[in-house]
Amino acid sequence: MSHWIIVPIVLPAMLAPLIGFVMRHDIVLARIASTVGTVLLLGVCIGLAAMAADGDTHIYRLGDWPAPFGIVLVLDRLSALMILLTASLALMVLLHAIATGWDSRGRHFHALFQFQLMGICGAFLTGDIFNLFVFFEVLLIASYGLMIHSGGRERMRAGLQYVVMNLAGSTLFLFALGTLYASTGTLNIADLAAKVADIPPEDAALVRVSAMLLMIVFAVKAALFPVQFWLPATYANAPAPVAALFAIMTKVGAYALLRVYTVAFGPGIDGTEGIADTWLFPAAIVTIALGAFGVLGARRLMPMISFSVIGSMGTLLVAVAAFSPAATTAALYYMVHSTFAAASLFLIADLVVSRREGDSLRPEPATVQNGLFAAIFFAAMIAMAGMPPLSGFLGKLLVLDALREPGQMVWAWTAILIGSLITIVGFARAGSALFWKSTSIPQASPDPEIEPDGQLLLARHAGVFEVAPVMLTLAALVGLAIFAGPVAEYLDETSAQLFDRPGYISAVLNPDAEN
Amino acid sequence: MELLVASAIGAMTAGGVYLILRLRTFPVILGLALLSYAVNVFLFSSGRLAIDMSPILSKYGEASYTDPLPQALVLTAIVISFGMTAVLVMISLGAFLEADSDEIDIAQADQIEDSAQ
Repeated sequence: MSHWIIVPIVLPAMLAPLIGFVMRHDIVLARIASTVGTVLLLGVCIGLAAMAADGDTHIYRLGDWPAPFGIVLVLDRLSALMILLTASLALMVLLHAIATGWDSRGRHFHALFQFQLMGICGAFLTGDIFNLFVFFEVLLIASYGLMIHSGGRERMRAGLQYVVMNLAGSTLFLFALGTLYASTGTLNIADLAAKVADIPPEDAALVRVSAMLLMIVFAVKAALFPVQFWLPATYANAPAPVAALFAIMTKVGAYALLRVYTVAFGPGIDGTEGIADTWLFPAAIVTIALGAFGVLGARRLMPMISFSVIGSMGTLLVAVAAFSPAATTAALYYMVHSTFAAASLFLIADLVVSRREGDSLRPEPATVQNGLFAAIFFAAMIAMAGMPPLSGFLGKLLVLDALREPGQMVWAWTAILIGSLITIVGFARAGSALFWKSTSIPQASPDPEIEPDGQLLLARHAGVFEVAPVMLTLAALVGLAIFAGPVAEYLDETSAQLFDRPGYISAVLNPDAEN
Repeated sequence: MELLVASAIGAMTAGGVYLILRLRTFPVILGLALLSYAVNVFLFSSGRLAIDMSPILSKYGEASYTDPLPQALVLTAIVISFGMTAVLVMISLGAFLEADSDEIDIAQADQIEDSAQ
């Protein structure tokens, strides 16, 4: 039993109060501590990914209590991949927040950021479904703070909606867990898998109810139709670096769907057969359509990117809904891609919007470095829309290739292809309004001297440090495209391990038998 | 007793759902509080209702015991929902002070031209 497994939770958990209490008045110190902590986290996550690459399911028993009685952390390829994704995204977002000064526009940014990382890593690592609830709450309560970071009228009100929505979701989560515990007597995911498989279909009504409730909860997190409506207002009004970090939060929902509905309520279990795939697939198709039309119809930049996030979640969940190893491989590749793509869009949008008057999609005098911004914006958009040569194209190709069953193929191919087309049109319109038409408008403002509060430095050049995090996210997308072969092989093994239900159960419940 | 507990949970849930669909912050907070009470009682009863039984094994006899796990779960849930309600109250107070109105709805994002910045 390696103690490294708990480090991604403990490290941010120790660092956050330290930053919050000791370094609250010293932003430089907080920045250094937060960056060092995130770099260390990334290092640990790389180490854990290397450890999980051997194909074993590693178990960490908290307090050394054996599995169904105590809480276990489970490190397999999937959770290692997810925490690695979290840590690398976090580092890029953190560098951006520091370089653009977002972190000093309110209090406790770095403490909340670390708590957020703790919650996300915990949600990915835990093997207990009640513990998953607890980590959901940890990441949510940190996200409430980050969402309203630096305040402002619209942001506070959007934050309020976000909190109310998620509190209602948490209540539903608890109802689902209560029902599940009453009908199976366990909350450990592996034990649940073993017990649910033994329940005859005619006695499984309560389990089906709780499986359905859980699916709604995870759908709220994953922004799936019909509970996607909170996302545009939240992401569009959140500070841009926070919105970029939130790109991983929707993936927490997708991960939970993937984990719980393959292991515990998986395909082949009579009691819960057909719940997830019946409902998830049509909902994901509608989500793609909503996202695409939202991109086309948006009149401001940030909501447009938010809708493209919804569209990408739809594409991801169409692949998840197939619940087959091949489709899961595609889903995982697309998940990694869409996390970086959404983050890079939000970060670029931040650079652009902070140099314009607001984020409405209408021509205004060209900002400084119009060409540079246009170029990186273009790159991020073709990634998000799924055009070659970046990884979005390969991701969508993999998803399409995996969905070849007659019933799925028509709907999924139509939705993804037409959705991509509409998204491209929407992005092209936005790009031309922001960057092309603005070049024909003469520079109106003779006074580049800026707003009195010193925040909106309209004519300020973006330095290397401000552009570098965006470049890092784009580099991740390029890397994902170039090394698509090895990555897909690794993900193939990941999904094979995910669908190896007996292996997971025996690794968690009888770890001594294996070692 | 099952009927009493079940109807209490049902009534609180119904009231809570009604209240969170209201337009103003204050009823929504009350509704979420009601919902969290309902879910706490529900969690408590998920280990079967039992009277006069302790949640620990007695080493002195054959006395039966009740399931301790739901009590631990409910304790966690109470702590979390209490904290969340406190956060919600603070955020809604902040939103009220910023916007001079306690309506939950925000104007359509697209209709706000640049005022957000």
